[in-house]
Amino acid sequence: MKRPRRMFGLLALLIVLAMIAAACSDSSDDTTTTTGGDETATTSGGEETTTTAAMSGEGFTFGMILVGPENDHGWSQAHFEAGKYIEELTGATMISLDTVNPADRPETSVEQVVDDMIEQGASLIFATSDDMKDGIEAAAAAHPDVPMIWSSGDSAWAEGDGYRPDLPNLGNIMGKMIYGKMFAGCAAALTSETGKIAYLGPLINDETLRLVNSVYLGARYCWEGAGNDPAELGLEVNWIGFWFNIPGVTLDPTEVTNAFYDGGADVVISGIDTTEALVVAGQRAAAGEDVWAIPFDFVGGCSEAPEVCLGVPYFNWGPSYLGVVESILAGDYTTEFQWLGPDWSDINNPDTSMIGWVAGDALTDDASATVDTLITGLGDGSINLFVGPLTFQDGTPYLADGEVATDAQIWYTKQLLEGVEGASSAG
Amino acid sequence: MRVAAPTLVALSVALAFGVVLLILAGAPPFEALWLLVLGSFGSASKMAATLLAWSPLLLASAGLVITFSAGLWNIGVEGQIVVGAIVATWVARSLPGPVWVILPATIIAGAIGGLIWALLAGVLKTYGGVHEIFGGLGLDFVAAGLVVYLVLGPWQRTGQASTSGTNIFREEAWMPEFETFGTAWPVIPVALGLVSVFAVWLLLRGTRFGLRLKAVGRNPQSSFLLGIPTNRYMLGAFAIGGALAGIAGTVQVTAFHHKLVPAISGGYGFLGILVVLLAGFSAVWIAPIALFFVAISVGSTQLDLRLGLDSAFGGVFQGIIVLFVMIGGAWSASRGSFSQAVREEP
Repeated sequence: MKRPRRMFGLLALLIVLAMIAAACSDSSDDTTTTTGGDETATTSGGEETTTTAAMSGEGFTFGMILVGPENDHGWSQAHFEAGKYIEELTGATMISLDTVNPADRPETSVEQVVDDMIEQGASLIFATSDDMKDGIEAAAAAHPDVPMIWSSGDSAWAEGDGYRPDLPNLGNIMGKMIYGKMFAGCAAALTSETGKIAYLGPLINDETLRLVNSVYLGARYCWEGAGNDPAELGLEVNWIGFWFNIPGVTLDPTEVTNAFYDGGADVVISGIDTTEALVVAGQRAAAGEDVWAIPFDFVGGCSEAPEVCLGVPYFNWGPSYLGVVESILAGDYTTEFQWLGPDWSDINNPDTSMIGWVAGDALTDDASATVDTLITGLGDGSINLFVGPLTFQDGTPYLADGEVATDAQIWYTKQLLEGVEGASSAG
Repeated sequence: MRVAAPTLVALSVALAFGVVLLILAGAPPFEALWLLVLGSFGSASKMAATLLAWSPLLLASAGLVITFSAGLWNIGVEGQIVVGAIVATWVARSLPGPVWVILPATIIAGAIGGLIWALLAGVLKTYGGVHEIFGGLGLDFVAAGLVVYLVLGPWQRTGQASTSGTNIFREEAWMPEFETFGTAWPVIPVALGLVSVFAVWLLLRGTRFGLRLKAVGRNPQSSFLLGIPTNRYMLGAFAIGGALAGIAGTVQVTAFHHKLVPAISGGYGFLGILVVLLAGFSAVWIAPIALFFVAISVGSTQLDLRLGLDSAFGGVFQGIIVLFVMIGGAWSASRGSFSQAVREEP
């Protein structure tokens, strides 16, 4: 994934004015510095965390490279908070640098940032975006003694297309958001009155295709479970072209969402960084329409329009990142590719679960219970939605009858499933 | 030199303002300023990084001096960098051969790309009556859309399409660096930048073309009546400015990223406009002002890393400087001295 937020700066003087405004307002809420403070680590809210203080990481320093702002209420903030979680639990020190992307820091490369962090004593680096692939691979080669994690990558996956056996110090961590998207699809199908669900897609690649397919599988499962004809379930995808709106370049997500609702869809599931889908749903509901939306990424994602929010699937990077730090401290760290699902015994456990789902205010109790049943079934293995027969849009078989998809078949998804309306490739 | 005095006063005021901001943000101001210096010039590798960022800014700024001299607001400079980068990428990806073939080919390709994109804005202006700000802005958007399309579509990296850019070029298509003092120095980009600044200075100061261009910039109607083909001069200015911006695009793809990324311009076009405004539209002051700007950008990473300051501080500081210098300029102009000085400087 990649979440550069402030790419494509607009007119120069506007930027200047905006940044001055930002400086004036930011000075107060930026007091939680992440560097320094070896002794104690306090939570920003002043809340005591009850910790079973895992292992002392006093004196251990790790670097966290973020692609977007550390307070973006999305992808980057989720990583930043995982770093703070490690600081709280172990006493280790985080050095973080946010907005590391070619638009916000055109003069800075990932390799330079890694060099700086190591110079400052970091003995572990997290590079938390697909965007950083080339940079973190070069840095890992330049510092073979420093363990590094490239989140969302596949460089340490022996079966993966991007396997780099020559980089034994570079591991990968990613969350199985396919499950989160199944929950979202299920909630949407149970709520929709028209049977038409829409997906506000970012750009087309393996990751986004597999997430749309997961929505469809979750939706179809719950739609059929409610006694409906699967032929009457519609999932329409429209790709705006990027992770967020770039005026004049991407489609406008607000317009796309409105077009979805105008076209008869009543639930829009967001796959983009920003919250247009939820905002539009809130406005239209205020005007008396029966519409809903499902945001993405961040545990607090429903907050902009809770009354129309069916729930939010989110990432929780803390436990897996903590595991890396602890194994390094214990001296038994091994580089691996980790694609982690939820902790099925409690998917919202902040200390164990990689993927979570918060049911929204707009989801009925009955529907929420059905989603919980799906969660239980997926957890105990009695339900598996990536099982054949499944066919791609162009009619080629994806999974034969009874065939269970391997991780590689899911990770490297090249097409939307049959039954999904929308483009499978940009060309 | 007449530009210097008000600029220096404004710089001092801006610096003082920056110190106040740092104090408000709870950071030790002098340590922070020192970190800016260390972060941009504190080691050989930091100096090399600063120089590498300096080069495209120099190229874009030099081109903008030409268009400003012709009285043109070449807002399309961002798009010209992007298209230069796209055409250079196309050559880098498709042309076989050793580095001494590809290096000049990518530079020429970038220049041609930027030139064509600038001439589009120029033709819209001279023959279509579309103001160059609107034409240029529109073309910026088109270029930004084009690069995103290419990176995610036809030129997507092996494996999966990704905003991290195209595949890395093969090494023969990288602009060569020179290893000494333990780091790799961007000698060719810096040379391209400095030569372009010098050439622009020479062109405006010592040639008939330059003098007539400035006449067109000051008063196109009178120039036209006096027999200067104003349209041709404006198009010439667009062509030169666009070619230099396009070479900046070549530097971005072949010397820095070694691939094409969506945000390939790095904002150096818009930053170049600020540099040229600060320089009072004069070629002489571009190099130090541009160096100062990129030093702040490169160095400000340290404020974030070591002091936990917001990442925007470097940009804020640059913005403050521009604003104070502009205010200073307006104030001087109202007293009648500054505008004259600006216009006299080549």
